[in-house]
Amino acid sequence: MSRNLLLGALLSSLVVLAALVSFIWTPFDHTAMDIPSKLQRPNSIHWLGTDHFGRDIFSMIMVGARTSIAVALVAVGIGMGLGIPLGLTAAAKKGSWLDELIMRANDLVFAFPSLVIAILITAIFGAGAINAIIAIGIFNIPVFARITRGAALSLWEREFILAARVAGKGAARISAEHILPNVANLLIVQGTIQFSLGILAEAGLSYVGLGAQPPTPSWGRMLADAQTMVSFAPHLALIPGTAIVVTVLGLNLMGDGLRDWLDPKLRVSRQ
Amino acid sequence: MLRYALKRGLSLAVSLVVASLVIFFVIEVAPGDPASFMLGLNAEPDTVAALRSELGLDQSKLARYLSWVSGMVTGDFGMSYTYRTPVAGMISDRLWVSLPLALYALALSTLIAFPAGIYAAARRGKPGDMAVMGATQLGVAVPNFWFAMILVLIFAINLRWFGAGGFAGWDKGFDTAMHSLTLPAIALALPQAAILARVMRSALLDILGEDFMRTARAKGLSRRQALWRHGLRNALIPVLTIIGLQFSFLLAGAIIIEQVFFLPGLGRLVFQAISSRDLIVVESVVMILVFAVITVNFLVDLAYALVDPRLRSRT
Amino acid sequence: MSLLQISNLCLWIGSHEILKDINLEVAPGEIVAVTGESGSGKSMSAFSVMGLLPDSAVATGQITLEGQDLLTLTETQMCGLRGRDIGMVFQEPMSALNPVKTIGDQVMETILIHKALPPDLARKRARELLDRVGLPADRFPLSRYPHELSGGQRQRVVIAMAIALRPKLLIADEPTTALDVTTQAQILALLRDLVQEYDMGLMIITHDLAVVADLADRIVVMRHGVVVEAGSTQGLLANMQHPYTRMLFAASNHQVTLPSAPPASPLLEVKGAVRDYALPRKSLFARPGHFRAVKQVSFTLNRGERLGLVGESGCGKSTLTRAILGLEPLQGGNITLDGIPITTEPNPEIRRRMQVVFQDPFGSFNPRHRVDRLVSEPFHTLPNPPRGRDRTELIAETLRAVGLRPEDAQKYIHQFSGGQRQRIAIARALITRPELILFDEAVSALDVSVRAQILDLLAELCEAYQLTYLFISHDLSVVRTITDRCLVMQKGEIVEAGPTEQIFGTPQHPYTRSLISAAPVLPEIDLGAA
Repeated sequence: MSRNLLLGALLSSLVVLAALVSFIWTPFDHTAMDIPSKLQRPNSIHWLGTDHFGRDIFSMIMVGARTSIAVALVAVGIGMGLGIPLGLTAAAKKGSWLDELIMRANDLVFAFPSLVIAILITAIFGAGAINAIIAIGIFNIPVFARITRGAALSLWEREFILAARVAGKGAARISAEHILPNVANLLIVQGTIQFSLGILAEAGLSYVGLGAQPPTPSWGRMLADAQTMVSFAPHLALIPGTAIVVTVLGLNLMGDGLRDWLDPKLRVSRQ
Repeated sequence: MLRYALKRGLSLAVSLVVASLVIFFVIEVAPGDPASFMLGLNAEPDTVAALRSELGLDQSKLARYLSWVSGMVTGDFGMSYTYRTPVAGMISDRLWVSLPLALYALALSTLIAFPAGIYAAARRGKPGDMAVMGATQLGVAVPNFWFAMILVLIFAINLRWFGAGGFAGWDKGFDTAMHSLTLPAIALALPQAAILARVMRSALLDILGEDFMRTARAKGLSRRQALWRHGLRNALIPVLTIIGLQFSFLLAGAIIIEQVFFLPGLGRLVFQAISSRDLIVVESVVMILVFAVITVNFLVDLAYALVDPRLRSRT
Repeated sequence: MSLLQISNLCLWIGSHEILKDINLEVAPGEIVAVTGESGSGKSMSAFSVMGLLPDSAVATGQITLEGQDLLTLTETQMCGLRGRDIGMVFQEPMSALNPVKTIGDQVMETILIHKALPPDLARKRARELLDRVGLPADRFPLSRYPHELSGGQRQRVVIAMAIALRPKLLIADEPTTALDVTTQAQILALLRDLVQEYDMGLMIITHDLAVVADLADRIVVMRHGVVVEAGSTQGLLANMQHPYTRMLFAASNHQVTLPSAPPASPLLEVKGAVRDYALPRKSLFARPGHFRAVKQVSFTLNRGERLGLVGESGCGKSTLTRAILGLEPLQGGNITLDGIPITTEPNPEIRRRMQVVFQDPFGSFNPRHRVDRLVSEPFHTLPNPPRGRDRTELIAETLRAVGLRPEDAQKYIHQFSGGQRQRIAIARALITRPELILFDEAVSALDVSVRAQILDLLAELCEAYQLTYLFISHDLSVVRTITDRCLVMQKGEIVEAGPTEQIFGTPQHPYTRSLISAAPVLPEIDLGAA
């Protein structure tokens, strides 16, 4: 295992741990206002200081991690759950109208950045964390569909797939038995990348008010709240931002590390 | 080449039609009647009916779609439900902030990423490569709007090199306008540049393993000459794909980052429109954004053909 | 004085010693062939001369070109030398040219990079060079891109690039391995002419001993990084000293004895098979629309018969093979196995009775499965596949039949060599005792000594299991020994069919004759003499 993978796994699990612990314990109630102790810098009581309502930032960051992780995780789930079967189907039926349809639909979805999807959903149903999940999730579908199809197509050309076809196995069975396990590594790596992109996207959407709504805490909205106070209380912006950077960096390092760690074995078996 | 361009052009047109259909019918399912919303709860039914027919809401869906699309083609985007002014005028002012910002950022990102990626690839595994890769790893992880806030804190509030926000307008001169877009463009460009530099580096490294690079070396080209003369143009093919994708990220990013710099772009317009349920404005802005993304991807497709002769001779 | 002299060359990559004490000479106007099986270090010797070794490689000893020790030169000095004094031709013409630059620019580049001529004269010279290598201006203007040329034509461009500055030494690394026999003969003739015309030294790296015997003035035989034997071609062929050399030559011309075929009773019948492709236009010259890969092909394969199918790349033999396997649909005619029509619809009945062995011993297996699961994949087609102990025993028996051990069932595919993998592929094809096996270039990727073993195995299996097979190959010498009857395919049609010995002995069709005459042949060697 590489240093990247270890460091990445460490950072990511730290964030996940904070999110899990927040269910049973936070230093303070993250919603409790305490106007007299507002806008404190980090200190021994409020480890990361307080915001303009005197709320404990450390507690808010812990609970905010929940929102970020939940949104990004479900969005990756949507992307994988729909994108992978679509990609496998398109590859298995390469060149057919079905393949064409799937790929055209993919291209179309790619033309709608998740922000645009979020704008549309919010315009119709009003704001909420669920919008962010759907918007990011929809954007993830073509990402996974494309990457699955691309990798699967090159596998379909391989002779072991021909051998399986000669052995009388159908496309669905070959996809499940031979194709999917051989593209799994790639999808796991892409999964961590999309997960980290999801964290970033969720923060952006919450920042402009299209994501989680009060009282659900979120890093993006903490930044939006901090904006007018940056000049005299920069820690309000620095801390949630750093939380995002640490999480995304951790996930990316883990993705890179995983790719390197999983790849050599594939290379050995290919040669 | 012409054949290829025509084929891509046809696909562009089809994408636009389908996208417009999707947007129109998604907005259609929105609950509530815009006319009663605009007139408030106490409005007389005939007043509402009159407004509905003025807005064209009493026609069939298909007729409304066709008039919406044909209107857009001629530059008529309809009337804002809230402001009762032509949407086209509202959008065009704002578009001239958001679109230049995205393009400015795209240019910056490319200008930074190309040298960084080439430098790293040429020094693979050496300290220079490690430094670039470390910086890009960090850059990829930074949310652009937060980075923007940090830039404001440093360069506008502390150093006072830039105004903290706002937009002077293009009529104040190109330089002034660009100056107010510079900080936002940097905030948008650097994280994207980090991604692009990584793609450039790995594309070049892939190419370095190709047989024709060895052929080039056998002719007497040095490593560097081979990289520049044979590697770069081939590496552009995957890099172009990413540049195309980045444009849509940058456009979305521009809309978000406008909030940090108080720029009067499409972002502010669309968020106001959402809160006032001015759906025709939302619909038009979304269509404009999608149009921009699809068009840029069409241009990227054409650029592929310029780079890769194999595409040109294919239908 | 010799042109190139390699003395005591040792090469290390990391902790692996790739070359051990290599000594080799090339004189002006002389063709020296360096031969050996994969892993012998023959290509690495060539790259050592070019100074194009991996960064981690360390070379010691001397490589002198006209008295100048190349190993002591700086990288900049080597850049000045490469392309000017030493030219190189590579194995894969399909990937050796930059796809986004015109052939004219790429040939000119050799001249311009060494500032040998101003651009306009360089352009003129590039034109002359392309004319010289057989790419005339009317069909091959300088503005052509590589993808518009065939493999043989691309190899001519690579040669033009390599000889642009009339180098003293030309190194050719398997220059014809990726080419068809007729193209190979033309490229070899071109190289031979150029050597004479320019008085170049040619160091040709090849695994093909027939090419070696045909072309070289001197032969260097390598194995595991060591020169085992070297000498003039005639002397070496007449009197081989080293047992490895003898084994290599014997294996190259390996003959097997097949049991006689039973009386004719049709098993596989192909009647008027037609296969069309709707191809995207690949080049300016290819016709758009349909491409008919297989045109009205008919033949019968009898039970117990070993039938060969030969032809050059693009002749349609692979397409025909896929159609017989039911992997691709026909647009006309039909194929039946024992009277049952073969279609692309899954039909366990057909699948059970027909199996296949592919060319690539590396790509034929799912890297994630163990050997027992790999070879038992065809059990899928059986109504009641064996389970438990029966299954284990059948796998063990089949592995033994192909010369492997039952314990190998628990290993992964990457733990085996190429030859062993091909045995596993045969085991997979054999395990359900199919009535027909297709061998699709099944020994083409193997070294000659391994190939000889696999051919022996096939002969043994013919004896033990009365195999019926269709052996598809571009390699005439293999088809000649391993089949009873033979089909010759050209441009989607079968142009000649008959008993193998008759076809090779007295070919009737002009194409068959050109194919046989183009294939280099090993001279009769008395291996018992030494």
